[in-house]
Amino acid sequence: MKIIVAVKRVVDFNVKVRVKSDGTGVETANVKMSMNPFDEIAVEEALRLREAGVATEVIAVSIGPAQAQETIRTAIAMGADRGILVRTDTAVEPLAVAKVLSALVAEEQPGLVILGKQAIDDDAGQVGQMLSALVGWPVATFASKLVVADGKAEVTREVDGGLQTVEVKLPAVVTTDLRLNQPRYATLPNIMKAKSKRLDDRPLADLGVDAAARLTVLKTEEPPRRKGGIKVGSVAELVEKLRDEAGVL
Amino acid sequence: MTTLLIAEHSNSKLSEQTAKALTAALALGAPVDILVAGHEAGAAAQAASQLAGIRKVLLADDVSLAHQLAEPLVATVLALADGYDAIVAPATAVGKTVAPRVAALLDVSQVSEVIEVLAPDTFKRPIYAGNAIQTVKTGQARNVLTIRTASFRPATAGGSAPVETVAAAADPGISRHVGSQVSESARPELTAARVVVSGGRALGSAEKFSEVILPLADRLGAAVGASRAAVDAGYAPNDWQVGQTGKIVAPDLYVAIGISGAIQHIAGMKDARCIVAINKDGDAPIFQVADYGLVGDLFEILPELTAALPAASEKAAG
Repeated sequence: MKIIVAVKRVVDFNVKVRVKSDGTGVETANVKMSMNPFDEIAVEEALRLREAGVATEVIAVSIGPAQAQETIRTAIAMGADRGILVRTDTAVEPLAVAKVLSALVAEEQPGLVILGKQAIDDDAGQVGQMLSALVGWPVATFASKLVVADGKAEVTREVDGGLQTVEVKLPAVVTTDLRLNQPRYATLPNIMKAKSKRLDDRPLADLGVDAAARLTVLKTEEPPRRKGGIKVGSVAELVEKLRDEAGVL
Repeated sequence: MTTLLIAEHSNSKLSEQTAKALTAALALGAPVDILVAGHEAGAAAQAASQLAGIRKVLLADDVSLAHQLAEPLVATVLALADGYDAIVAPATAVGKTVAPRVAALLDVSQVSEVIEVLAPDTFKRPIYAGNAIQTVKTGQARNVLTIRTASFRPATAGGSAPVETVAAAADPGISRHVGSQVSESARPELTAARVVVSGGRALGSAEKFSEVILPLADRLGAAVGASRAAVDAGYAPNDWQVGQTGKIVAPDLYVAIGISGAIQHIAGMKDARCIVAINKDGDAPIFQVADYGLVGDLFEILPELTAALPAASEKAAG
């Protein structure tokens, strides 16, 4: 069984993003970029399934500019077998990403596609669910545990009231939550070796997918700032402030 | 123009998230129908029918919808979709799973986590953990939205809309509910609570977390939250996590205890009306968003604070 993992190049989670002063977006020039943290978890889970003998091949896919090759190389350095970059220099909406992935699913015929539950840049949280719908597969979102056996996946999901376990028939789409696993680091020898592994670079136009934007971003702005507060000296002062000044007790 | 709102409920009870998402749905300016899809969900449908401002409640009641799994629920929503120009769901675990599947099958680009409706086709939504706000205009005949409920007041009760039964679509039969571990608690629901008390890594253990956070929460009649670090360390269950990838809360009072204030955590609570931070490190970033900060050893401060507060029950009685 093949597994496709989708990986996105995003502003590193430690970077405090800055909104451009002209309101056209956030500053991404000269900013550290990394693999979306949830996608690292997706890669790790796919590798563990291969190491357990459940999967035979792990293919890392990214949709984005040429630099997204680095993100795919990171996945390969972690242990993925090969990569596919679907190259585009324009921003693609989650629906278009899902369509690209569904075209690759038709070509590669994986048994499982694992994606992060959301990307930490646009926080949309849509692609896995959309892909599952387009290919007619079940989806298990927010996975904190994944067991694959007998043509089925048993997935424990982090839901609002606690945990829910579902069983989905394969092929299926799974999206990862934080506690699914602890992703491994790529070692230096593996980073060197990753450079020689196969990475197909394909222009988005070649996939015959309608990737036109449906949404227009009119502006991007800073959120309202909270005013800095005060430090109080004692519990008594805190209780007094909460009662008399803030009126929340 | 008509809007379909997918209700968040537990069959026996309607979640307040539905009433909050309704406020956003009504802001679209079109009549709103609420879909309650579940099993033996008559009580939730009755509760939905009492929300003011709606046209009717659609009740799809079938055993296949008991756990609101995405596959059967989406099939039911799609069977109804033709009559609607907007399909709206609260951004809950169910809503976040179902809405994008609906959107993809309708060939619509979804707008996630709407925090403000500016016009029927123009919305504000946070990106980068709330560090930037986008204004998005959709050029589509039909829209699919999820609503960040912390940004909307609940719609009021007092209505009496009719409840209409609709057929559940055939279950695609590709998914099955195996089991649920639902945290039973007498405390208020995290996303609806007026007061939230959250603990961080500084608590040091699950035992200490229970020992100092829970009495304060009970004293305040508060829901309990936690930072990602505390959840990862096993001090608190996953559904207590507040932050970019956990729950987004906007209570009147948020008390952050032993939480340093990573941007991902602040993303989940910065819309609280009043924030209190208690932390040993006076330079912790949490103090930059706190209205009131108290620097010191939380294990000394918390028992003193708990004792100094009037009990929630006494206050309610008085």
